[in-house]
Amino acid sequence: MFHIYCPHCAEYREEEEFHAVGQAHIARPADPDACSDKEWGEYMFFRKNPRGIHHELWVHAAGCRKFFNITRDTQNYDIKEVYKIGEKPSVVAE
Amino acid sequence: MQRYSGFGLLKHSLTHHENWQRTWRNPTPKKEYDVVIIGGGGHGLATAYYLAKEHGITNVAVIEKGYLGGGNTARNTTIVRSNYLWDESAHLYEHAMKLWEGLSQDLNYNVMFSQRGVLNLGHTLQDMRDIERRVNANRLNGIDGEVLDPQQIKEIVPHMDCSDNTRYPIMGASWQPRGGVARHDAVAWGFARGADSYGVDLIQETEVTGLIIEDGTIVGVKTNRYGDIKAGRVGSVVAGNSSVVAKMAGFDLPLESHPLQALVSEPIKPILDTVVMSNHVHGYVSQSDKGDLVIGAGIDSYTGYGQRGSYPTIEHTVQAIVELFPIFSRVRMNRQWGGIVDTCPDACPIISKTPVKNLFFNCGWGTGGFKATPGSGNVFAASLASGEMHPMAEPFSMFRFHDGALIDEHGAAGVAH
Repeated sequence: MFHIYCPHCAEYREEEEFHAVGQAHIARPADPDACSDKEWGEYMFFRKNPRGIHHELWVHAAGCRKFFNITRDTQNYDIKEVYKIGEKPSVVAE
Repeated sequence: MQRYSGFGLLKHSLTHHENWQRTWRNPTPKKEYDVVIIGGGGHGLATAYYLAKEHGITNVAVIEKGYLGGGNTARNTTIVRSNYLWDESAHLYEHAMKLWEGLSQDLNYNVMFSQRGVLNLGHTLQDMRDIERRVNANRLNGIDGEVLDPQQIKEIVPHMDCSDNTRYPIMGASWQPRGGVARHDAVAWGFARGADSYGVDLIQETEVTGLIIEDGTIVGVKTNRYGDIKAGRVGSVVAGNSSVVAKMAGFDLPLESHPLQALVSEPIKPILDTVVMSNHVHGYVSQSDKGDLVIGAGIDSYTGYGQRGSYPTIEHTVQAIVELFPIFSRVRMNRQWGGIVDTCPDACPIISKTPVKNLFFNCGWGTGGFKATPGSGNVFAASLASGEMHPMAEPFSMFRFHDGALIDEHGAAGVAH
């Protein structure tokens, strides 16, 4: 059970208000038409899915409905930091 | 291998059951194997068993970081069915179903496969359209199935609330009489005993910490207890940890690992003699032979390897069950657990070659791998034996996510497993 700090609301709220969207920082290819099938498939479907430090996108679905990023350890579920879209994470995997 | 039989039971009773042979050996691994299988769950053990039995390849090791069948294989809701919509998956799961039907005899081990029937409920007009389409597709593929109306459902499950007086009234269901449940840990033990009897080495409490790859070809694995073990071919069957093994090999997979929770109640008297599943209120329930209600639902939305999930998921699951069975509202829950399932974007497995030569992956079964255990092992063994994918496994290549030939079972065949 997570207690998540929403950087937009500036408040800790219960996990049920949020929804995990998946891996963060996936850049859409600048020129999709120029992508090979492999490049486009990897952008669409292939994920890091690490056991350990993970940067992921969450949405405050039943709150402000805004998106933000969380750095979380997927092994012990510790939330390391919360940061807004466009910001860089300060905690990264070795 | 000592064969189990009624006579054997009688014979051993004379010596107070003190002389039973060990079910499998606990060997020290050799330096080299023809095939190394990473992961000693149901699918890995089934792969080893069919490699030895059907392809005569017995110089095989199964390397398991914990104990045999100590992961998702023994922590699922044990539902077996094959009523999938698309031809590719219907064929694969029906192949498994046919193996299930003779499995106890084949393994000489009672896996307690009970074909008590599986109901998939529909609560909306769209649910019913999907159910009718799926049942028709099933019948064209030679898989049994019927569409039932609420009155017929009521006759099968009299305790379920089939009235109009609910938030989501039951409008009908698909019914697969050949579906049912099996005892999950017996499945792992039966395959382990069978594989061991052919000479397969089952290496427990040994973790694969790296892969040895030379010029794009795998030649062995590194382990934490026995150093390097050479292998002609390697099959990875590690469910939730597939992405971790893929990373050792230097590629990504289209997988995300999520916790999937299930729970069992205190044992109660027989009340439910079939399997009831509902996508719409999202829960599924059956009753084990011991009497406990076995309950499950969906995955937690976040990824994780912690083998536990969040409380709200359990709460939603139990809400769904009580909506269907108000009579269960005061049953107390006994145990809860979370397993890590590797989910694919199209909710179908990956049985595939990889960018590394001689390294094969069997993963991505997500929330519904148990039902496929014998079929998955069977086709994966055939692929490992020949080096070319079995025709039934061919559509499940990981490269379908490059060429776009997805098998979109999500929603169509019932998300619930």
